[in-house]
Amino acid sequence: MTRYILGRIAQAFLVLWGAYTVAYLILYLLPSDSLTILLTASGVEIDTLSKTDLAKARHYYGLEHGALDQYLRLLWGALHGDFGVSLTKGVSVSSLLAQRFPHTLALAASAVTLSILEGLGFAYLVAALRWVRIRQALQRLPALASSVPVFWSGLLAIQIFAFGLGWLPSSGNEGFAALVLPAWTLSLPSAAIYAQVLLRKFSDVWKEPYITTARAKGLSRAQTQWRHALRNAALPMLTLVGLQVGNTVSGAVLVETVFGRVGLGRLAQEAVLRQDVPVVLAVVAVSAAVFVLVNLLVDLLYPMLDPRIARAQRVG
Amino acid sequence: MEPKPLSAPIWNSSLHPPARPTSAANAGVDDVEIRSVLLARWAGAARSLRRPGFVLAACFIVFVLLAAAVPEWLRRYDPYATSVSEKLLAPSFRHWFGTDQLGRDLYARVICGSTLSVEAALAAVGIALVGGVSLGVLSGFVGGKVDALIMRGVDVLLALPALLLSLAIITAIGFGTMPVAIAVGMGILPGFARTTRAEVLRVKTLPYVEAARLGGASAGRTLLTHVLPNSWGPVAVLATLDFGVAIVAAAGLSFLGFGAAPPAAEWGTLIASGRNFQMTAPWLSLLPGLFVVATVFGLNHIARTMEELWR
Repeated sequence: MTRYILGRIAQAFLVLWGAYTVAYLILYLLPSDSLTILLTASGVEIDTLSKTDLAKARHYYGLEHGALDQYLRLLWGALHGDFGVSLTKGVSVSSLLAQRFPHTLALAASAVTLSILEGLGFAYLVAALRWVRIRQALQRLPALASSVPVFWSGLLAIQIFAFGLGWLPSSGNEGFAALVLPAWTLSLPSAAIYAQVLLRKFSDVWKEPYITTARAKGLSRAQTQWRHALRNAALPMLTLVGLQVGNTVSGAVLVETVFGRVGLGRLAQEAVLRQDVPVVLAVVAVSAAVFVLVNLLVDLLYPMLDPRIARAQRVG
Repeated sequence: MEPKPLSAPIWNSSLHPPARPTSAANAGVDDVEIRSVLLARWAGAARSLRRPGFVLAACFIVFVLLAAAVPEWLRRYDPYATSVSEKLLAPSFRHWFGTDQLGRDLYARVICGSTLSVEAALAAVGIALVGGVSLGVLSGFVGGKVDALIMRGVDVLLALPALLLSLAIITAIGFGTMPVAIAVGMGILPGFARTTRAEVLRVKTLPYVEAARLGGASAGRTLLTHVLPNSWGPVAVLATLDFGVAIVAAAGLSFLGFGAAPPAAEWGTLIASGRNFQMTAPWLSLLPGLFVVATVFGLNHIARTMEELWR
């Protein structure tokens, strides 16, 4: 078991290192002339510089010693939490990250919680319904919801709840009220996927012999659903929640733009618009780290929650 | 066989030839009408035409593709003709989707925008299909170290949230429809590689592949005539599904401002520019978005029907 845990942790760090490397390769080696991009982003016209100025700039951005040296220095810095200096804002990237990260964390965490509650609640409701027509109609709803892009559902939510009904603010970062609409918008696609998977699981689980046993023991439908069907169907959800974190991070970029919130996603969008390479690299690295760590956590939690897996591993 | 053949597992599994019924035992079975897989699929396709949902989805997708190919057939107004007296009109019979802040007909702009958006999505799926299928086939068919190497690479790509990978690529190669397509394509490529690999692994252990290898077919020939044609079903379903994903992703990226420069307009750009007038003219952002939603939903519905057919 210890071996499994250590192996899994090592693998997670390898993947993270790979992700950082891929992002570095794309951002620094894919452009034919990264110096031009870096200088343009800083607001300097490359034509106006003399030879000595160019050499100075090359030195400043760490380009004079070749790619490998630059990569190693960036990686070393990133390991120490130093992501360099933003080209457009002139402040260190780590301070930008520290400033924006809590906002995105609040948004993403509430979205993940909401999506689990919504997905579970919806699947539970549909499973409890006895009226077949309504049930069939509701079963199609998640598929519809999962094809709605978050930027559109966000705009629709603003139109209805902010402009139409005036219940909630349409933008801003302050307070709980401003968090409701963005979090709800961001939770929808994941919730739709959870609901779809859970509904399928419920119908599978209901065919299992232990359900028949439970019913034969005299448990009511509701009790069986709660004690047996839900528990067995909910476990695979954990893996899914881990995988959906990636989509939540992606969605945060769009949702933060739609709702005009300050956060990592907005930071990424602005950085790409201005080709602020160090910021983009840092945001990509941080989001990959979050994704990898959450999935590591899920994998480590799994044997604790499902005794069958823990036991199987001890035997094997 | 001094150099190890590429498909070692096939030979290994041929140690256990599957039991084939003898011709005598087969006599009764031979009377059954033999239907080719292709025929069965056509029958399935014909059956699916009886489903109203599928027909509706298919009609809408054909409409979108037509709008992308020949936009001038489907619109009455010039998408770039401005008219100050007709600005910000609500949807009506004259202007189905209303008009924008410069008096341009929004319906014509959406129809015109589908050219760029569908192009971007098709290019993205094309890139992902070619790259992903080659990697998947290489990985699944060759196996061993190559497989391990490619799959670790795919794992790394999957650890980067798709949109952020796209953002990094766009930072490096610039804005526009094609960069967006490349960025989206790279984002969905790992999925294709995985699905193709899984399918190839499944198909290559089937008896007819073994038979082909035993019959002396080269690895390349086996791959092209036996493994690939029988692996592409799930890949085609994924391609249809990912066409929808690509449309959403490309719309998202152009919504963020990385798409084609104005006055050309992709769906995402239309939605983004409509946002500035959301308080007074909500249709400017909501109706192009609804068009995107309908397209994606249609594609998903078709993909799901296809999936049922292939099962």
